[in-house]
Amino acid sequence: MAEPQDLGGLPATREPHDLVVVGAGPAGMAAAATALDGGLRVALVDAGSALGGQFWRHPPDDVRDAVPTEDLHHDLRTYRTLRATLAAHERTGRLTLLLDHHVWTTARAADGFTVHAVDRGRPPAERALVLRAPAVLVATGAYDRQLPFPGWDLPGVLTAGGLQSLLKGGGVVAGRRVVLGGTGPFLLPVAAALAARGAEVVAVCEAAAPSAWLRHPAPLLRNPAKWAEAAGYAGTLARYRIPVRTRTGIVGAEGEGRVAVVRTASLGADGAPLPGTERRIEADTVGVGWGFVPQLDLLLPLGCDLADAGDGTTAAAVDAGQRTSVPGLYAAGETCGVGGAALALSEGRVAAVSVLTDLAAPGRPGVRPLAAERRSVARHRAFARAMAQAHPVPGNWSAWLTDDTTVCRCEEVTAGAVRAAGVDGPATGHRQVKQLTRAGMGWCQGRMCGPAVHCLVADRAEPYTSAERLIATPVTLGALADSSALPAGDTPTEPT
Amino acid sequence: MTGAVAETDVPTAPAFTVDGEPLTFVPGQTLAAALVASGRVAWRTTRGGQRPRGIFCGIGVCYDCLVTVDGRRGQRACLVRARAGMAVTTGEGDDG
Repeated sequence: MAEPQDLGGLPATREPHDLVVVGAGPAGMAAAATALDGGLRVALVDAGSALGGQFWRHPPDDVRDAVPTEDLHHDLRTYRTLRATLAAHERTGRLTLLLDHHVWTTARAADGFTVHAVDRGRPPAERALVLRAPAVLVATGAYDRQLPFPGWDLPGVLTAGGLQSLLKGGGVVAGRRVVLGGTGPFLLPVAAALAARGAEVVAVCEAAAPSAWLRHPAPLLRNPAKWAEAAGYAGTLARYRIPVRTRTGIVGAEGEGRVAVVRTASLGADGAPLPGTERRIEADTVGVGWGFVPQLDLLLPLGCDLADAGDGTTAAAVDAGQRTSVPGLYAAGETCGVGGAALALSEGRVAAVSVLTDLAAPGRPGVRPLAAERRSVARHRAFARAMAQAHPVPGNWSAWLTDDTTVCRCEEVTAGAVRAAGVDGPATGHRQVKQLTRAGMGWCQGRMCGPAVHCLVADRAEPYTSAERLIATPVTLGALADSSALPAGDTPTEPT
Repeated sequence: MTGAVAETDVPTAPAFTVDGEPLTFVPGQTLAAALVASGRVAWRTTRGGQRPRGIFCGIGVCYDCLVTVDGRRGQRACLVRARAGMAVTTGEGDDG
């Protein structure tokens, strides 16, 4: 419970903290609120300008009236309740809310952890800040999983999450005629939000079969709220006459300087495009998402155990109390496997109760509320597993690649080059292919192409694990020059 | 002097400059959101293939939307909140 160091002339966050929560989405907000209610002193850190993370992404508080986004959201009542709780604790000084702060690494220290952040709230200045606490909760969420296709690097092709973040964060519609593709329930709220803001959503191309959900009826029946949510989106899509084409994939985008035509095709049972089914659709915007990849940047360097998330990705391994294998380190939300906001809220609350227990705080909630939250976690995890099985990455998706399709966007490495580097068989692995081709060695450090490269060259039975990165966000040497408390062994630089 | 009346009654939208040209924005928008709202989805050229790039992931993960802000290179336009008077330059390539 040492004092946070202020290394850049910031107004001091002088209160010592018991818990640092990284990520202010549903999991982080719920965890911070529960920990604060239990008497802990908490620092809540997020790179965004407002509370909410991606799910409840909002314009910054001071300008919220200028960009109405409330109708694009789900379960705002919970968001408002959590905001009010956090605001009350901020007034008493027990919550230190650090928005616009990018955490670039965490490290173990003698009495807990150091959390290294950069304040980017007043650009172009950057100020380094080091927080110390005996407990850290990583609730950094996830990002869209991408599978390349010819033309996916054309301007106008965005991730589905990117389209949604423009809508929720700034009220901006990225184009007029939009085709969405990929797999998973997330495509539906994106389609609904685009339509609500005046875009024409020409088609939603869902790779999975329409009957896929019915193979796992039990978890669906135990989550009636999810049915209601899905029915709401279905109603919106019907109202705007948005066709959802199942067993269909986006297999190409064409255009000069911006996408003008999207090619779609029916997909066979193995996910390969069926010959003779290709359609050409005029569109200026494409949104693609194949589920999500847990954001483990801060957890990997700490060496916590990982687990197969069951959807082709790797997540933090946690016990029933959301404890990772590293004492004092907790994870909640999508970092433990993608499962949605309701699950993240429950996991955040369970994690906070564990922190209260482990730090022997007096304000621990009773056994019954905890049992209810744990039942909620189990129910929503089962639902997430059913969703993952209903919306898999198609086994033979790479059939729509051509040799000259860009796979690594940063280093502009083609599918042909990746395949040639991987011809020695699955033992080669995506890390060796990275060394041979530079795929995954650019600015994004493989976040965009990693899952695809893994599929192309590695053993598909193994889930994708992102490369261990020491630096979760590039930090200027200037900001670091202020920092006297770098974790030993780190060499923070921007990627080359 | 109707012009003078109009000037006091109509608040001026804040603006930053993109390669010297003013671009108005809605307060709270990121640089990327303001650019996309003006119809621009690409503002950078790749170093190898000289391909146009701009907004892709929208949440700071892909680094496709890099711009220079007030002389500081390699800034993700999707994460930097637009402020009046900022000088944004684009198209410098992706070598940071």
